[in-house]
Amino acid sequence: MSQPVLEIRNLNVDYGLGDKAVHAVRDVSLTLHRGEVLGLAGESGSGKSTLAYGLTRLLPPPGVITGGQVIYHPEGGQPYDVLALTDRKLRQFRWAETAIVFQGAMNSLNPVHKISTQLTDVLRAHEPKMSEHTRGARAREMLKLVGISPDRMDAYPHQLSGGMRQRVMIGMALILQPQVVIMDEPTTALDVVMQRQILGQLIELRERLGFSVIFITHDLSLLVEFSNRIAIMYGGRIVEEAPAATIYRDALHPYSAGLLASFPALRGPKRELAGIPGSPPDLAGMPSGCSFHPRCPKAFDPCPTTIPVLGPPADLNSAGRSVACWLHPALEIS
Amino acid sequence: MRYFLQRIAFYLFTAWAAITLNFFIPRLVPGDPVQSLIAKYRGQLSSDAIQSLYVLFGLDKQESLWQQYLDYWKQIFQGDLGLSFTFFPAPVSQVISQALPWTVMLVGITTIISFMLGTGLGVLAGWRRGSWADGLLPVTTFFSSVPYFWLGIIAIYLLAGPDSFFPSSGGFDSGLVPAWDQYFIPSAIQHSLLPALTILISSVSGWILSMRNMMVTVASEDYITVAHAKGLSERRVAVSYAARNALLPNVSGFALSLGFIVGGTLLVEIVFSYPGLGFTLLQALGAKDYPLMQGIFLVITISVLVANLLADVAYLLLDPRTRKEG
Amino acid sequence: MTIPTSSIEQVIPGQGSMAQPEEAHPSKRKRQRFTFIRNKKAAVGLTIFGLYVLFAIIGPWIAPYDPSARGNDLVQPPSADHWLGTTHLGQDVFSQILVGTRSVMYVGLLAGTIATVLSILIGVTAGYLGGKTDDVLSAFANVILVIPAVPLMIIITSILNNASDTLIALVIGLTSWSWNARVLRAQTLSLGRRDYVEASRATGEKTWRIIGFELLPNLTAVIASGFVGTVIFAVLSEITLAFIGIVSNNGWNWGTILFWAQGQQALAQNAWWWFVPAGLAIAFLGTALSLINFGIDEFVSPRLRSAGKTKVKTASGRTVRMRIGFTPVLSSKGGEPS
Ligand SMILES: Nc1ncnc2c1ncn2[C@@H]1O[C@H](COP(=O)(O)OP(=O)(O)O)[C@@H](O)[C@H]1O
Ligand SMILES: [Mg+2]
Repeated sequence: MSQPVLEIRNLNVDYGLGDKAVHAVRDVSLTLHRGEVLGLAGESGSGKSTLAYGLTRLLPPPGVITGGQVIYHPEGGQPYDVLALTDRKLRQFRWAETAIVFQGAMNSLNPVHKISTQLTDVLRAHEPKMSEHTRGARAREMLKLVGISPDRMDAYPHQLSGGMRQRVMIGMALILQPQVVIMDEPTTALDVVMQRQILGQLIELRERLGFSVIFITHDLSLLVEFSNRIAIMYGGRIVEEAPAATIYRDALHPYSAGLLASFPALRGPKRELAGIPGSPPDLAGMPSGCSFHPRCPKAFDPCPTTIPVLGPPADLNSAGRSVACWLHPALEIS
Repeated sequence: MRYFLQRIAFYLFTAWAAITLNFFIPRLVPGDPVQSLIAKYRGQLSSDAIQSLYVLFGLDKQESLWQQYLDYWKQIFQGDLGLSFTFFPAPVSQVISQALPWTVMLVGITTIISFMLGTGLGVLAGWRRGSWADGLLPVTTFFSSVPYFWLGIIAIYLLAGPDSFFPSSGGFDSGLVPAWDQYFIPSAIQHSLLPALTILISSVSGWILSMRNMMVTVASEDYITVAHAKGLSERRVAVSYAARNALLPNVSGFALSLGFIVGGTLLVEIVFSYPGLGFTLLQALGAKDYPLMQGIFLVITISVLVANLLADVAYLLLDPRTRKEG
Repeated sequence: MTIPTSSIEQVIPGQGSMAQPEEAHPSKRKRQRFTFIRNKKAAVGLTIFGLYVLFAIIGPWIAPYDPSARGNDLVQPPSADHWLGTTHLGQDVFSQILVGTRSVMYVGLLAGTIATVLSILIGVTAGYLGGKTDDVLSAFANVILVIPAVPLMIIITSILNNASDTLIALVIGLTSWSWNARVLRAQTLSLGRRDYVEASRATGEKTWRIIGFELLPNLTAVIASGFVGTVIFAVLSEITLAFIGIVSNNGWNWGTILFWAQGQQALAQNAWWWFVPAGLAIAFLGTALSLINFGIDEFVSPRLRSAGKTKVKTASGRTVRMRIGFTPVLSSKGGEPS
């Protein structure tokens, strides 16, 4: 793969303080490369959104980032830790370098302002020298880009359909031409046809504009189709990470396998709907050892006691993938 | 527009209800006190005036209730609210038209200032939780639990007096004649400061608290997180995203609580002998001047309805969602 | 009069969803009740309120003097004999306050109860039945709401001539239920759309059973908050009516004390002891009730809770504030990237 653009190192996020804290993201390390679509999948409650918003410190109280780094590599500049930025620098960083399309984009637009206002205020904040006229033109251009007629500029959010609002949000995310776009379940509220249409458009835009995407969903089948690499989250940890095709063909972690089996594949041979027995872990009372072991059909001796480390599996010679599972213990890195 | 027409229809209905209520209340009054008052002034009353009082109080036992009701409406439309006993022989409408401007000025302006000030402080308290503005809450809660009039008494006790800048009673210097001139206006303003301050202190906390609560509620909406994610300035997020949305329910709250606020402010006028409707009402109570009491009730109700309508217009301008229909 | 500030947002149609009580699972209800008592504001409020109730009961027995009995010490400042001084007739102000507590609490609680019952009947019915019934009842409540209550009360009371406490409570109760009815209607509407209520409806459960067992338990907090708000309003109203001298003049309450103080020029005589204690008694009662309501509000919508700890210490010993939009970073392991 090419250059990294965003490197998450040992990120830890808690909700709450002290002994009441819930560890929602544990020791996550993940690298996003320039121009790639990285898929992030896992059942709801596994910490995907928390990870995504934690990156740019957008978690509401009682969220706290208890450790780790988020290294951003600007194009042709020195890398820096986003978590160490001052508030002012962080504000400049936000949206200009990483934009987010939020889960539940239905409520992402301010109901009392026209969408033109909401599109241009980003420009006003980040490029104060730009003229009023240019801002308007740019906003119109973005709407056109995502397939909305520019004469809807003066519409209020309540006058737009759900799909249109979602497109507006995508257009807004791209307006400053960021390097990274994070999409948190951007299409779950939409019907299937609309989902595919929007995603198709997005991928096309990415090829044209060249940004990288972190794409979050609980629908693994979507990822297999649209992303380059996939990371699977369970109980706040990444349990497996590999190129999309590799995961699809042969997932190493029983959880990934279960997740894949839970959704009917869209193309290719039909798979059985197996599902995963049991329910996602309660973050407050996490099982010891591998947190998946109570639900795992293949659990054996070490699973309940020792946490497996995420790393390239020693027993297989497949480059570019890692897994945290005792079935495929990681290479000893000494 | 449909929304607006609905509101107007509602206010017309309420006005009708209030006037009808006003028609029935005096019919509960035992006839004797009114009759004796009329008897007392008989020599001085014209037969027209007596007739008008008869209509107001339903002493015309020969007529059917329905006929009485129709006569009553006819009279109201002519602006005839009867004669005041207290200020005999002035018609009630004249007494009220003298008192009304004072109340509108004092209560109206003070209420608006209080709303704006409270809303502003509420924005601060709600946005920066744990800052100094939060410390205001216990103090303001205490003040809002005090009856307006008692705070007025205390204000007079502490601040007014023969040598003080603040006069303790009246609406202007007794040596002056009401007029729009350079003597009268400053004096009127000087006299209104202390009552205004009293109303302000007791009413502002309600607005602070409700705006703070709305800010806190709105601050966890998705679009606020989006605004932060967009890298907008703190000020823009707080004002244009959070406060702007939190304001909407506060404006409707404002309209709904006007009826409550007016009640309290009338009493402040009484304490300060301020020549508005409240003070006039007190005089009417003392003299059992039913025509005047009823007239005042009617005028207050209509004023509150008008103020409500204005608040509705403000809401209409603030919330695009209500504008959409029509 | 004070504005019933408790949860204005709940009254606003369409915005109601923002301040809904968290789904109260029947099994959790008991535990939540404890959390309410543990709320500091509510605890303080309840304690003070309890004291007032106590004095309302025992006040007339422990009062050192007959509040109406005249004495020879006229307009005397506080002393060992008269803890809060005397009036122009030599009456003991302290005894007047103690004895007056009963009337204030009686009217407040009775009017609060009347208004609450009315608001439940009208609000819940309107919200549950919907349709035409709702239209009519809502319009009725709104009309009563915008008609200024205090002037109306003043006129009715003055016509009633020497009204007794019970009659006054009735007048106040009848004119002040509409706000709560609106709140309850909005809450009932949103509760009615929840699954378990719809399910009961679908299985043909009797209406009164659904209202009694599914809706009312979930409306408890809102009803309680409305009750407390009305009690504040009723107390202030009663005192207002007494202050302008249109209630029965053979009983004592704090408004009557203020009426005499005002009428007898207590201000001009610098007799602060005559009018300050009664006002403070009202203010503390009002504050206690407001505190109870804050407690209920925070209980109902947890977002309003003062976030407990709003400041956190980072690993480097700096203190940062928890705030929306900038998640605190406690430690950044490793420092600068290499
Ligand atoms: N404000 C909060 N307070 C406490 N726990 C929270 C909060 N928000 C999320 N969580 C917990 O963090 C976990 C991860 O949530 P989230 O990141 O939203 O998951 P996902 O996006 O994968 O569905 C969940 O189990 C949830 O219970
Ligand atoms: Mg999520």
